[in-house]
Amino acid sequence: MRVMAQVAMVMNLDKCIGCHTCSVTCKQTWSNRPGVEYAWFNNVETKPGVGYPRGYEDQDHWKGGWMLDRRGRLVLRSGGRVKRLLSLFSNPDLPSIDDYYEPVTYEYDTLVDAPVGTHVPVARPRSVLTGEPTAITWGPNWEDGLGGAEETAAADPNLRGSLAEKVKFEFEQTFMFHLPRLCEHCLNPACVSACPSGAMYKREEDGIVLVDQDRCRGWRMCVTACPYKKVYVNHATGKAEKCTFCFPRIEAGQPTVCSETCVGRLRYLGLVLYDADRVGEAAAVENEHDLLDAQRNVFLDPSDPEVIAAARRDGIAEDWLEAARRSPVYALISRFKVALPLHPEYRTLPMVWYVPPLSPVLDAVGEAGGNADDPDHVFAAVTRLRIPLEYLANLFSAGDTDVVAGVLMKLTALRSHMRAVNLGETGEEAALAAVGLDAVEAEDLHRLLAIAKYEDRYVIPAAHKEDAAALSAMENRCPVESSGDEPAASGKVMLGLPRIRRRDAAPETGGLAGGLS
Amino acid sequence: MTFAGGQLAAATTAGDLLLWVAIPYAALAICLVGHVWRYRRDQFGWTSRTTQLLEHRWLRWGGPLFHLGAFAVIGGHAVGLLVPASWTEAVGITEHMYHVTAVWLGTVAGIAMVAGLGMLSARRLLSHRIRTTTDRSDKVLFPVLAATVLLGIAATAAHNVFGGGYDYRTTISPWFRGLFTLQPLPEAMTGAPLLFQLHALSALLLFAVWPFTRLVHVWSAPVAYLSRPYLVYRHRPSAPPPARRRGVPAGSPRERQGARR
Repeated sequence: MRVMAQVAMVMNLDKCIGCHTCSVTCKQTWSNRPGVEYAWFNNVETKPGVGYPRGYEDQDHWKGGWMLDRRGRLVLRSGGRVKRLLSLFSNPDLPSIDDYYEPVTYEYDTLVDAPVGTHVPVARPRSVLTGEPTAITWGPNWEDGLGGAEETAAADPNLRGSLAEKVKFEFEQTFMFHLPRLCEHCLNPACVSACPSGAMYKREEDGIVLVDQDRCRGWRMCVTACPYKKVYVNHATGKAEKCTFCFPRIEAGQPTVCSETCVGRLRYLGLVLYDADRVGEAAAVENEHDLLDAQRNVFLDPSDPEVIAAARRDGIAEDWLEAARRSPVYALISRFKVALPLHPEYRTLPMVWYVPPLSPVLDAVGEAGGNADDPDHVFAAVTRLRIPLEYLANLFSAGDTDVVAGVLMKLTALRSHMRAVNLGETGEEAALAAVGLDAVEAEDLHRLLAIAKYEDRYVIPAAHKEDAAALSAMENRCPVESSGDEPAASGKVMLGLPRIRRRDAAPETGGLAGGLS
Repeated sequence: MTFAGGQLAAATTAGDLLLWVAIPYAALAICLVGHVWRYRRDQFGWTSRTTQLLEHRWLRWGGPLFHLGAFAVIGGHAVGLLVPASWTEAVGITEHMYHVTAVWLGTVAGIAMVAGLGMLSARRLLSHRIRTTTDRSDKVLFPVLAATVLLGIAATAAHNVFGGGYDYRTTISPWFRGLFTLQPLPEAMTGAPLLFQLHALSALLLFAVWPFTRLVHVWSAPVAYLSRPYLVYRHRPSAPPPARRRGVPAGSPRERQGARR
């Protein structure tokens, strides 16, 4: 057993209202620079929909993540090492900028500079890439709230087979929910494994996956290997960039920017202890439906004396062990088992998990004319959801509908019980028992999911002070800081470094080049 | 200084010394010092500066054609310039066999490289998105590289494919080797055809600008990837080595690679 700690995230999708505050604050913090105008380290997608970049979940096409070869060995879907080196000159599986969207800015100056005329001046869109006027035909969130879903969403890779016929995109017949996505900081990261120069790495202390900007040589294999397409090429510097899990904040014991600013308060951050020696075998289990339990089995119970002893031996500090015991993420994933990973079938063992959305259950019951408070009715209704179970299962459990149904029943029973308790009744202990909860656990889960106090949602132990001084000395510059400012600031000209080239193309945009469309 | 020098040419003028001794050493010195300087000062800028994200249709063919052609061309130059004719004859390769092989392989590789470079230059000029990412170093690099490649293939075509044949292994190769053995032979180059001379000079210019362009990515060819563990773990910089860190002495390399393949 080799105990390592990971700062992980859970999102409660029931609460996501799709306001994009997480995306916008993340962009303003991290990717508000030339070269990554198109990159959203955090984005919120409307499901069903093709997502960002378009159709990224179609791994037959994009070749992201891992798979088992004919002999049952875990291999990168994009091919072996030799093939990867041979595709350095032209990567056949790299999305182009048009698969994301062409970033634009607007001619804001015309609004104030235009000569007097009969018409109100308009700010026309201009491409940030070329500076030319352009037509906006796609964006990072083109399908927001199912906009245009009638035409595009049928291409959602999760809507394959019979599900495609079942799901309608007509008003009053369809469904939708929001899916915020960021880097999964996987236990078995495909991007790290595909990086030819060894610039990408996973931190031993907190599991955050980063790109060493000084060692990245722009081979762009990480972009292909990541099945979530959460590594981006900065086309100005020619280097890879990705979500940093706001590590400077995490090290200070603060939540990530996306979590801190989340209006719906749906994000949870906390430690998960895991056994690094068992990661490989968990990612290689044969049946995709077993991947969820295999990953849960890699996680270690922070209250287990054996685990505590091993963690101490492996250098994990006492306050971190205490934080692991109070971790809301561990509770939602392993204790209550209501959180599920996004696309476990990619075999990367992702570490951002989701509580699947429940709300449409009660609507469905209402439509069926049943009593929403009757647990039997509610449980039966789980199979008649407005959001098809198969769809959620394709996202969160490699197609295993029983897993998703189990979680939804648990949430339903909890809701029904707590409603009864709040009305002064005795509660629905029978319904709770049917989903494996008791009254105390229900209270705990209710406090975590519904009350969701700040200090319950974010339990992040700060990096140790004795490291911190040296740490700031070592990393005295921002890991993704723009190179454009350096020559001017230091008075030295670094040859080969990109300057701010698109001076004409990108007039002072004040940030959100590209915007949310 | 006795090596073949006297037989090859009569007198070396100051101009010859400048062209075939001073300039070569200056170019190689700039190349060497430039690389050291750039590597130490500018790791962040040390990249292939990929533009595949912005344009893929030309790159899909141009990238592999140029690079694979370049590998063959570089290999051919290494053999032609660094291996003396006496060595190949000693292992039983006649001058004729060598000549025919070199011309054939060289022509195929050269055409691939020219076609690839043509496509890469075309996309750089014609694709608006690429043109705006082109910076000053590219504006120097592409013409110098193109001139070197075109002069080289022109010299080969004019003298060895269509012409009567020019045995550069008795003149240019000894001159090139002489630079590295510190026994320069400027007189060996003075008699070479003009196209070969221009090719050599533009190649020297290419070496001189090399460290200041994206060409530095050549030295980062990731061959170590073939034998590296898949999963890379690193300590957070400067974290004190916790109790059980296998194989990492205290206070030294902050990087450790996982054992899993």
